[in-house]
Amino acid sequence: MRSFAVHCGRRVLGAAATVLVASAAVYGSLRLMPGDPVLAVSGASRLSPDQIEALRQRYGLDQGVVTGYLDWLGHALRLDLGTSLSFQTEVGTLVSARLGVSGLLIAYAAILALVLGLGTALVSAVRGGLADRIATAAAAVATATPSFVAAIILLAVFAVGLGWFPATGAGSGFADRLWHLTLPAVAMAIAVFGVLARVGHAALRAELDREHVEAARGRGVGGAALIARHVVRNALAPLVTVIGVMVASLFVGTAVVETAFGLDGVGSLLITAVSRRDFPVVQGIALIAVLLFVVVNTVVDLVLPLLDPRTARGVKA
Amino acid sequence: MKVLEKRAKDTTDGTAADALDIRGLGLSLGPVPLLADVTVRVARGETVGLVGESGSGKSLTARSALGMLPRGARATGRVTVAGRDVLGAGRAALRDVRRHRAAMVFQDPRSAINPVRRVGDHLTEGLRARGVPAKAARSRAADLLAQVGIRDPRGALRRYPHEFSGGMLQRVMIAGALAAEPDLLLADEPTTALDVTTQAEVVGLLRRLQAERGTGMLFVTHDLDLAAAICDRIYVMYAGRIVEEAPGAALFAEPAHPYTRALLEASPSLHGRAEIRAIKGAPRALAEAPSGCAFRDRCPRAVEECAAGVPETRSHGLSAVACLRPGKEAA
Repeated sequence: MRSFAVHCGRRVLGAAATVLVASAAVYGSLRLMPGDPVLAVSGASRLSPDQIEALRQRYGLDQGVVTGYLDWLGHALRLDLGTSLSFQTEVGTLVSARLGVSGLLIAYAAILALVLGLGTALVSAVRGGLADRIATAAAAVATATPSFVAAIILLAVFAVGLGWFPATGAGSGFADRLWHLTLPAVAMAIAVFGVLARVGHAALRAELDREHVEAARGRGVGGAALIARHVVRNALAPLVTVIGVMVASLFVGTAVVETAFGLDGVGSLLITAVSRRDFPVVQGIALIAVLLFVVVNTVVDLVLPLLDPRTARGVKA
Repeated sequence: MKVLEKRAKDTTDGTAADALDIRGLGLSLGPVPLLADVTVRVARGETVGLVGESGSGKSLTARSALGMLPRGARATGRVTVAGRDVLGAGRAALRDVRRHRAAMVFQDPRSAINPVRRVGDHLTEGLRARGVPAKAARSRAADLLAQVGIRDPRGALRRYPHEFSGGMLQRVMIAGALAAEPDLLLADEPTTALDVTTQAEVVGLLRRLQAERGTGMLFVTHDLDLAAAICDRIYVMYAGRIVEEAPGAALFAEPAHPYTRALLEASPSLHGRAEIRAIKGAPRALAEAPSGCAFRDRCPRAVEECAAGVPETRSHGLSAVACLRPGKEAA
């Protein structure tokens, strides 16, 4: 038990180190980019050199990269991500106001992709035959469909053509919001569905061919019990890793889909911020994305020994 | 109690039937024949060896007792376990055979036991499926572990397979096989994956448990010496057919089939057999065997008539042997 605590502690420390390195990259890449953000934001309105200097100072651009980074990191640790250049609002406020829409969209897409992807994987791996071939083809097409293509097709067919779903907006109230978010969620889920269907199929197929499954059949274990206890249970460990990464990647996917469907979420905020060179917002969202990936991966790592006790061996050593 | 009830039930539905009765079993996969005319009988309480090189079809034969045929294989002949037909059995009947009548101990416990479930789950799965309540199943499982010589059986129930050594895990598998209180124990090379010292212990354990319970045991091995040491009777397989059947000791002392003799001469012995002689050529599967006697292309005693047809089984001394020229005298 103590060793498990040590294991957890190590994992968390490692995760913190990863975030630290990534934060340096996030800050550095924006600072090293050519072009002056202040000039870009001020745009046509001609500012006097004094005003420009004042703005540069306000956003810490007068400092060197290292001191600037430390300053930014110090504030970020206190949950202060700075102020947006173009909105003149705190980055934290901008993001959290949009987190509701984006969070629901991600959850919706994740549930769709998980249920349909793993369901398809299960049916195709266990049934085989025609179901397997159809599922494999569908998964290949889905994997190869970028979300912006899916978004355009869905808009053309279900919003414009059939008029079943609205084309833009996030709606108000839970049911209305779900209705509005359905097409965007499907657009985001399609590629993830494809990956999960394929990876899930491979993982389940590999487990189905194991000798212990055959041995269990020989003991008279069959049907759903055999699949649940000896196939799905064993495939969980390899699958959870992939599921974690795929679900985290949905956060990044919101950028394209929210823009396509005119949703005011974190993703569309990121696109706007990039086009306006609003670097505090871009840095803030990038840092949140990194944090999300690291948290998901750490959770996956901590869950794995519970799913496959053999991976816990390293814990004791 | 349970044991007594079941035995009583068995006798009422008219069976002092053999634990295993395979008659004229033929197996083919599309155009490829795998087994031909295999007849194997295991009486209750009897230990029967099934010996042959790899590819001879001994594992296929043993698995047919559980109705575990290769995918798409066609079977002819008859297989009954404790009087119950296996080849023609429907789902429910086959499940009954697998759960209550016959149980298999596999070669490699590491790959035959689900690595991500606890040993207790492995042992109680069958019991729970029969409707034994969870608590009773656990104490029964602990009993079984104690019987196969696992220390701290209660604690062992909570552990995972990778926490056991190969030999200990094979004991767990034996305990699992016995949980079904089967009439027939199928041991498919149960010691091949183990250390030599562990082998002896596991064989001893199998023998003891089998004798105590009056279970019939089919012991599949490529080790003729081991088979001769523990089996009441031995079948020797070559290229998907039974080529000789004899009492264990007789087979050892006086092998009738040239293949059996060659097998004995090819294995090292503690009892100072003169020299080890390899059998020339490679073992054949049934599909690639020559016409007539499958062994004739490797046989030192082969004559022209051997090609004419598959030799009928005839008795020679204590053996039943499928050979035109059985016995010892030089060609």
